[in-house]
Amino acid sequence: MAFLDVANLEAFYGPIKALHGISFSLEQGGITTILGANGAGKTTTLRSICGMVKTGGQINFGGESIGGKKTEMIVRHGIAHVPEGRGTFVRVTTEENLKLGAFSRRDVKGVAEDMERVYGYFPRLKERRNQQAGTLSGGEQQMLAVGRALMLRPRLMLLDEPSFGLAPIIVQELFEILRVINQEEGVSMLLVEQNATLALNLADHAYLLETGRVVISGTSDEISADETIRQSYLGY
Amino acid sequence: MEEVVQQVLGGLATGAIYACIALSVVMIYQAIDHFNFAQGEMAMFSAFIAWQLIDWGANYWVAFFVCIVISFIGGIAIERIIFAPIHNAPIFTHIVVFIALFQIFNAGAGYIWEFTIKEFPSPFPDRLPFDTTLIGPHDLGMMIITLVMLLMIFLFFRFTPLGLAMRAAAASPESARLVGIKVGWILALGWGLAAAIGAVAGMMIAPVVFLEPNMMLGILLYGFAGAVVGGLTSPGGAVFGGFLMGVVEPLAGMAIGSELKLTVALVVIVTILIFRPSGLFGRVVVQRV
Repeated sequence: MAFLDVANLEAFYGPIKALHGISFSLEQGGITTILGANGAGKTTTLRSICGMVKTGGQINFGGESIGGKKTEMIVRHGIAHVPEGRGTFVRVTTEENLKLGAFSRRDVKGVAEDMERVYGYFPRLKERRNQQAGTLSGGEQQMLAVGRALMLRPRLMLLDEPSFGLAPIIVQELFEILRVINQEEGVSMLLVEQNATLALNLADHAYLLETGRVVISGTSDEISADETIRQSYLGY
Repeated sequence: MEEVVQQVLGGLATGAIYACIALSVVMIYQAIDHFNFAQGEMAMFSAFIAWQLIDWGANYWVAFFVCIVISFIGGIAIERIIFAPIHNAPIFTHIVVFIALFQIFNAGAGYIWEFTIKEFPSPFPDRLPFDTTLIGPHDLGMMIITLVMLLMIFLFFRFTPLGLAMRAAAASPESARLVGIKVGWILALGWGLAAAIGAVAGMMIAPVVFLEPNMMLGILLYGFAGAVVGGLTSPGGAVFGGFLMGVVEPLAGMAIGSELKLTVALVVIVTILIFRPSGLFGRVVVQRV
């Protein structure tokens, strides 16, 4: 069984079905991306894994079934979600945001080390450690969201449009750091992106969603070479 | 002049009680976005529990702390049993439940302990160790107890991980879940704390207003007013607003006469709100995207 194994996943917002039985898997240490247009169900897929919407089907993570569990319990399996809109705790400081990321951990020493590690990746956050997080720029808040996720010492990171609304130079920086985190710390990643070029560059596997269904899947190279994808999503 | 100082000190003492009620109301408001009308009745019920324990022969301070613990657990139970299931219900559902809760505690206390006025003991000595006519021993003691409690609560929220989690969960419940905070229990804990703060306020004010089921009505009004004036988004502001109400009331009484003192106090509130609609310390959250 794969590290993350999703089978026949369905998701519901009230009576409305947003995912119609999608299946995919992710290998440990890998980066998989989910591509698709607006409303295809990318965000819903991530929210389903985290127990933030009502779901049907199976979700297995690290050999355990996590489908139907509560969000706060799923987090304790080592899944850190960097949500759409960054989810900043705006009224507390940058450093308190990072402390909150480690809320479920009890190893004080490890938490302190991880805090320094995050500041190593994002020196800007260290400069602004005592600033109210709501006053950080969009790019800084995205760094903070990634940093907060790292504070969980996760085995899997779910990244929901980390490039959204950021200047290209910041996006480049951020994705470079994500690559380092993946390669040096072995954190697996499931990435949702509108920017397909960017995503395929980082990821090793890709799935294409259309209106709640997986329509194409393969390695990033295969997907990049696919005629339909190239025309519809890569735009050349 | 001496009279003014007396009035201000007495006002600060009652203001401490308003501050406690204001703080309880704001804590719950921040967590669930609703005003808990029953906060005063919960405090009254707690005071009756303490009275009962003392009546059964318990030492005052034993009764005091047991009452705080019972109120804390009671607050948690109210959230878990009544408010958790209606969490996403519309505002009117909440209003009806608050009114019901108010009535349950009010009538419940009347049924168990009768509506006759009871004397509630003051734990403080009859005489102060130093000579002063400016403040009475109970007023001074009540002010010290409440200030110590408010300081402890401040330290809890400011410096403990659980306090941080409570602030985070109130402001952004979804993000809080994503870092593993059990938001439901955090809300319940907030109710427990609010009930415990109310219990202290009820036990401290009971010797002044005498113990009976309707004793918290006026206090609740001033507590609400203090919370609104200070700013519903600011616990510190609510505490300040409570003290402010305590001082404004007797001073208005001195200046204009006791018939109009409530009116003057309310005029002050309205005037402040006209110029600062979110209260003196209520902040508009700065957020850039």
